[in-house]
Parts: sequence; structure tokens; C-alpha cells
Amino acid sequence: MKETIDSLRFRITKRFGTKTVLQDFALEVRGKQFITFLGPSGCGKSTALNILAGLLPATDGEVWIDGARIDRLPPEKRGFGMVFQNYALFPHMTVFANIAFGLQLQHRPAAEIHERVREMLDLVRLPGFEDRYPGQLSGGQQQRIAIARALVLHPRLLLLDEPLSNLDAKLRIEMRAEIKHLHSNLGLTSIYVTHDQVEALSLSDWVVVMREGVLMQAGTPQDIHDQPRNLFVADFMGFRNFFPAEVATAGPEGEVEAVANGMRIRGKTRHSLAPGAAAVAAIRPDDVVVGEAASGPNVFRGKVDIVEYLGREHEVILTLESGARLWVHTEARLTPGEFMPVVFPPERVIFLPSEGPGGIA
Amino acid sequence: MRGRMWGLALYLFVLGFILNLLGIVFYVTVSAFSKRWFGTPLPTSFTTEWFGYAWKEFGLARILGVTIFVALTVVCLALLLGFPAAYILARRNFRAKPVLMLLYFLPLLIPQMTYGIPLATTMFRYGIGGTVTGVILAVLVPMVPLAVFILMPFFEQISINLEWGAAMMGANRFQTFRRILLPLTLPGLLTAGILILVNTVSNFELTFLVGGAGSQTLVVALFYNIFAGGVRPVYSVDAMALMYMTMVMILLLIALRFVRPTQMVFRLDQPRR
Amino acid sequence: MSLRRTGEPSELDLMAMACLAPSLLYVLVMFIYPFLYGIYLSLHPLKLPGFSLANYFAFFTDQYEYKTVGITFRLAVPNTIVVVACSLLLAYNMRRGIWLERTITTILVLPISLGVILLGQGILGFYGGRGWFNQLLVGLDLLEEPLVLTHNFIGVMISLFMQQFPFCFLMLLGYISGIDPSIENSARMLGAGPWTVFRRVMLPLIAPGLAIAFALVFVMSFATFPSAMLLGQPSGATRTMAIAAYAQAFEQFDMSYASAIAVLMGLFQLAGLLVILLLRRRMVMAATMGVGKR
Repeated sequence: MKETIDSLRFRITKRFGTKTVLQDFALEVRGKQFITFLGPSGCGKSTALNILAGLLPATDGEVWIDGARIDRLPPEKRGFGMVFQNYALFPHMTVFANIAFGLQLQHRPAAEIHERVREMLDLVRLPGFEDRYPGQLSGGQQQRIAIARALVLHPRLLLLDEPLSNLDAKLRIEMRAEIKHLHSNLGLTSIYVTHDQVEALSLSDWVVVMREGVLMQAGTPQDIHDQPRNLFVADFMGFRNFFPAEVATAGPEGEVEAVANGMRIRGKTRHSLAPGAAAVAAIRPDDVVVGEAASGPNVFRGKVDIVEYLGREHEVILTLESGARLWVHTEARLTPGEFMPVVFPPERVIFLPSEGPGGIA
Repeated sequence: MRGRMWGLALYLFVLGFILNLLGIVFYVTVSAFSKRWFGTPLPTSFTTEWFGYAWKEFGLARILGVTIFVALTVVCLALLLGFPAAYILARRNFRAKPVLMLLYFLPLLIPQMTYGIPLATTMFRYGIGGTVTGVILAVLVPMVPLAVFILMPFFEQISINLEWGAAMMGANRFQTFRRILLPLTLPGLLTAGILILVNTVSNFELTFLVGGAGSQTLVVALFYNIFAGGVRPVYSVDAMALMYMTMVMILLLIALRFVRPTQMVFRLDQPRR
Repeated sequence: MSLRRTGEPSELDLMAMACLAPSLLYVLVMFIYPFLYGIYLSLHPLKLPGFSLANYFAFFTDQYEYKTVGITFRLAVPNTIVVVACSLLLAYNMRRGIWLERTITTILVLPISLGVILLGQGILGFYGGRGWFNQLLVGLDLLEEPLVLTHNFIGVMISLFMQQFPFCFLMLLGYISGIDPSIENSARMLGAGPWTVFRRVMLPLIAPGLAIAFALVFVMSFATFPSAMLLGQPSGATRTMAIAAYAQAFEQFDMSYASAIAVLMGLFQLAGLLVILLLRRRMVMAATMGVGKR
């Protein structure tokens, strides 16, 4: 078995009884890429991962690695490494035994096993932990041992199922950096599953956003973050402000001007929206500019309702003249009851096609 | 492939067990309905007379009455005594707790013969031996601990926050018990009740040692009739055994509508998921 | 309501005492007292005044009596091993749920309702010399002579198996299902085949529950009385300690001697349990030691 893969290709459908959990979920992954399946609970991302691992059979579909079909192969023969959300370390074995487990199954000589385990413990920065038991370790340490255990076998593909969800916030940030560091060092093809968009953005080369078993958008982190293709992805990636509007004019390069409840909003779109079409204008709380009553497009007035102090910034909720609510992140210090001008910089406003009632999850 | 073979072997084992069971039950059923049966695959003629015979000759009316009365009384008393104890043991921790748990476990651990013989002796000395009261008291000895051990996990599953929340809203102990704890432990009470019922009805050693002429339970009566020196035709004993089985099985099937089979056994300490 | 962890009111407040008192008193009066009385009885033989170990001497010098110890162990131990092994096998393979699981578990619970008498009669009939089982095998020419499966050890063991297997199986099923499935999954991802997963990962984790199941089945088998009487040779090959105690109590009316035998029965059973406990320690240590040797 080669130590790396060139390509992983799959199209899978999975049904549990009458419930369809994955519907023709298809992707092609190139070697050394770090891919993330991103989505809310129940979107099928863990199921997809388990199918790729061989732990669950697909109801329909195929999985190809480097041109060979592997979906009939049992997990112990696939040569993948997997890191689980709850670490899944063997509680009755020492750290050494846990990491050495796979190597012993390969009947490696004892000296080699010792060397590789030591190497791995150094890599995850836990040297000397060989004789401890999982029960004596903290969450972060356990997760690092779990990673070491998977990596020591030089797997050709690494699967990670929400590995950081059980850690506290500070630890999560540290471990994220560790994972990033490991990936850039080892260049291992990795598939990562999470519901946390910050993790997805920081770690991945490619992000696949999923909802109820369907692929909503796949692209680079920048793409997903700046140019969400539909309302679900936009909402999931943090666009809090949505204004249903009717398109007034549409330019050849995607410039759009629309009217939302009396507000004239100018922005951009990657879709083809004709005048008269129903659309939704969206802007991030961070992109809204508060104060300076400049002239120009997208200037509105709002009354400050709630101000939350977040340290450096404030989370502010305003009610605009049109009656719509606006979320803003700003360093400016505002007081509830104040009337403030707000500006939506046109280059930060995106337009998405309306999806009828209930378009946003 | 090996996985398939294992699966097949196991299905065969289960099938074998079931066939075994059916064979045994069916045999007794056929015997209970046969006029005479010896050596041939099936009896030559059938009859239902043995049921009437058993009813009259064995005094089944009285025996059934005793059995049911004893069973229901034991269930009620065991639950009454065991419920509060299970609550405390589930919720509280104190130094004497392991000792207490061991104490409650002993009647289930020590063979019933071992304490049954002196218990019976004492009862006969004080005049309650051979009475229905005596039988009830004797069977209660292992059943109270059983109630405690079955109910404990059910209490452990109820978060203490529920009790605290009720208290915050002004409920006193009794109200919390009646309106929060009792409804939530109903499945546990049901499970415990059924298990105690089945165990009481099928109990042999204690009911045998303590029982007397008018206080025999069904199982004890059956036993006596088998060893009655061949006076009783085996078909009548089989008829009685069949009646016993039918009664308990109906009970069990009713119970299984409310309780899952895995909940009906002694809970081992499980690793939490 | 007593608060936890504040240190001041005890966990054993008035309410706790009131809740525990009835059942505790009952166990003390109706169990501890008779139990101690039984020991007292055994030490005050019928024909001798005062304290004496005569009953115990009599037991160990009478071959007919002391043989019962060996018989009881020879019955209980193999039976326990077979019941637990079968339960483990079935429960392990059903741990992720299988087709018709609810039906199978329900069917396996039903033998509880049979009663030891019906079971005994049924086994005698079905497996007897002229029973259906033998008639079938002889009829199909698979056997020359019918198998002797009743009125001996085998008959008793069949009865015990039928009574204990469902119970042991359901216990183990519950226990094994409670083990985190991702532990098994991670072992498979690391390259372990099904047998290796069982031997090196699952078995050590199942061991505690297995030990308890073993102990409980052993306890049930050791005290066997009606099965041994109905399906064995109560005056010969399958004369268990329980039968010996009963015989002394209700045939010889020597309550003192009967109590002695009953006490010995309890002691030997406890000895057996201790052995199980020690074996479990050794087994767990062996499972974890072979792994991870430096």
C-alpha cells in the first residue's frame, strides 16, 4: 500500500430505514488536501466519514481510491487513520500500548515499535507519557494521544470526526494550531468533520458545507466565507443581516440595486438576477460601518436598541427606519436609544436568490 | 466470510434453544391432554379430564388462592419496604454505605437452604410455620433486597435537579415525592414488581421449607405430587404444571408490553457511554 | 432536605434513617438472626449437650455426606462455564442489535415463566429414554441406542441451563451494549480484525461484568435443589449439598445436623466466589500485561 494517495473519489447515498441521511453526496479529493465537511448536527457529515472509514456500509454508491474501488474493504484493511470525538483510547492500556497497538498488529520488531512511539510522542509534544493511563490524562492530552495513535501507522488518509468538540475553548484553539502544524509538516490527506466554521476556515484547503445530507456549497475557505452561494451557507457562515428585496437594476458585472422595504441597497451578486426578481441582500455585522453620516449609497438610519460589550468590540442591535433589525459589530461606543447613521459598503453586500418562505434554516 | 459463519452458527444456536424450549413445553402439553401415553410418539387418545382431576384432587382452588395472595402481598410489601431504601442508597453517600449494601446483598447471595432451615425452625417454634403469614414473611427475605437493587438504578437515572427544582418552586418532600419521583419511577416499580412477582411464584426452597398443609404454593404442591409415591398420575401433574406455566406466561407477556426484556434482569454496573 | 457537600448535616439524617429502617430491620430480624441462629444450631448437636463441632466431624467422616461437596462443585462449575460462555457469545454478537432482536430477547425471557417443575417434567419426557428426542434420533438411524440424558448430571445441567441462560444472556447483553462503540471502531481503524478486537480490546472491558455474571450464575447453580431431585439421582450421583441438608431436616429431623450442612454449603459457595474474584484479577492483569510491554 502506498503511503499517500493521489485521489479519493466518492458518491454515496445512505438511508436509515425511511430516512435519507445522505443523498448522492459526491466529491473528489486530491492528495495532501485538507478537506472539511462542515454543517449543523444531523447534516450527515459524520455518517459520510464513517462510510469512508468503512465502519458503515453505504446504501448506494461507490468509493474510489487511486482508481481502485474500496467500498467492500473492511476498515482494518483500508490503511486510514481515524481520530474520534471522544478520543476512544483503550482505557485498560497504557499510552504506550495504545499507540503501539496498530504496530503490534503489523508484527513490527519491538525496537522499531519503541522508536516510532517515542517519535510520535515527541511530535505531539507529550514525551515521557508512555506509562500513563488514559484515565490520568486531561482532554487535550488524550486527544493528542489519539492523534499520535492514528499517525504512527503512517496512514494514507486521516479522518477526524469533530476531534475538538469535547475540549474547552482555550484548548480548542491550541489544538487547532497543533493540527494545522501537523498537516503542514506531514502533508497527509485529511478529511475533517465539524460544525464549527472557525475550525473549518482556519484548517482547510477545501470546505464542503452540508445540510440534511445534501452538499450546499464546496469551495476554498475564502469562497465560502466571502461568497456564500445560498442563504443557508450565508447564514451558517455568519451573515446575520438578511433583507428580502426586489431587484431594481442589474448590471453586466453583477452589480445589483434592489429595494427592500423602502431601503435602496446596492451590492454584488454571482447569480443572474433580473430586474423584478425576488432576492435577499446580506451583509455581515462586522462589515456595517457605524457613524459618519457620509453621502453615497447604502446609508440608513437606525435606533440603537441593545449594546453588548464584548471586550474590544460591541455587539449592537439596531432597528432601522424600515423596521428591520440590524446586527452590527463595532468598536464604537453607542448608547441605547441613540439614533445612528449606518452604511453598508456596497462591496460587502451580497445578493442571493430568494428561496421562498423558510429559506433560511 | 468468517463473520457470516459466526452469524449462522448463532442463529442456529438460538433456533436450537427455541426448538428445545418448544419441545419441552409441547411434550408437557401433550401429556396433560393424553388419556394414556407410553412409549409411542403420540398418545393414543386425548382427554381434558386431568385438569378437572387436578383441580379437585390437588385442591387447586385453595392452592391458587394461596399462591396469588402470597405473591401480591410479597410484591406490595417488598416495594413498600424497598422503595425508600433504594432512594436513600441511590442518592446519598455515607461511610456505612458499603456495609449496608453488602447486608442487603447477603440474602441474595447466601443459599436459601442455608438460612431457610433455621428460619423455618424458628417459625415453627413460634407457631407461624406452616401458615400463609409464615410463607409471606419467608419469601420477603430475599425479595426486599431484590426490590432495592432493581429500584436503585431507576432512581440514579433521575437527576437530582428535578427534586431541587421542585423544592425551589415550593414543593415539600411529600409533594415532590408524589408528583415528581413517583411518576418517574413508575417504570422501575413496574419492573421490580413483575420480577418480584415471578420470583415469588416460582420460589421453591423457602416456600417449601416453611409451607404447610394449607399454605402450599403451586410449585410446592407440584413438587409434593410428583414425589407422592406414584399415586398421582403423571398426566395430572403435567396438567397442573401447564396451568402454572400459562398463568405466569400471561403475566409475563402483559409485563413485556411495558418493560423491555433487558430491564428485567439484575443490572450490572455499566460503564457510562 | 439535607444538603450535600456542605459538611454540616449528615447524609444520614432523620429522613434517611426512616427510609432505611423498615427494610434494614427486616433483613436483620428475618435474615441475620436466623442465619446466626443456624450457625448456633449447627454447633449444638441433637444428641450432645452444649457446644460441639460433632456435626461437622460427622459430615467430614461420612463419605455419603462429604461427597456432596464434590458433587455440588462438579455440577455448578461446568454449568456456570457453559451458561456464561454461551451467553457471552450470543450477547457479544448481538451487541449492535440484530434482526428480530426484540423477538429473540422476548422468547429468551419466557423460560422464566415455566417453573422448575414443568421444566423438569418436560426434560424428563422430551429427553428421556423414550422421549421425542431419542425417538427421533433412533428413528432416523442416527443412533443405535437412546442417549441417557435424564436421571443423571446431564439432565440436571439441561434444566439449570434452561433456567439460567436467558437471565445471564440478558445481563451480558445489557452490559456489552453499554460499552462505547467508538472504542471498537478505533481498534478496527488501527487494523485489528474481529477476533483481535474481541480478545485485546473488548474482552478486558467486558471482564468486570463477566465476573459478576459468572458469580451470580455460580450462586444459582450451587444451591440447586429441585432440579437435582427431579432430574438427577438425588440419593446417588447428583446428591447436592442442598439435598443432603434437606434430607437431614425433613427425613431425619435433625435440624442441628441440617443446619451444619447448610452452613457448610454457604461457606463452600463463598469459597467458590472468592476463587472467581481472584481469577478475575488474574485475567484482567493478564489481558493488560501482555499488551504494552516496554
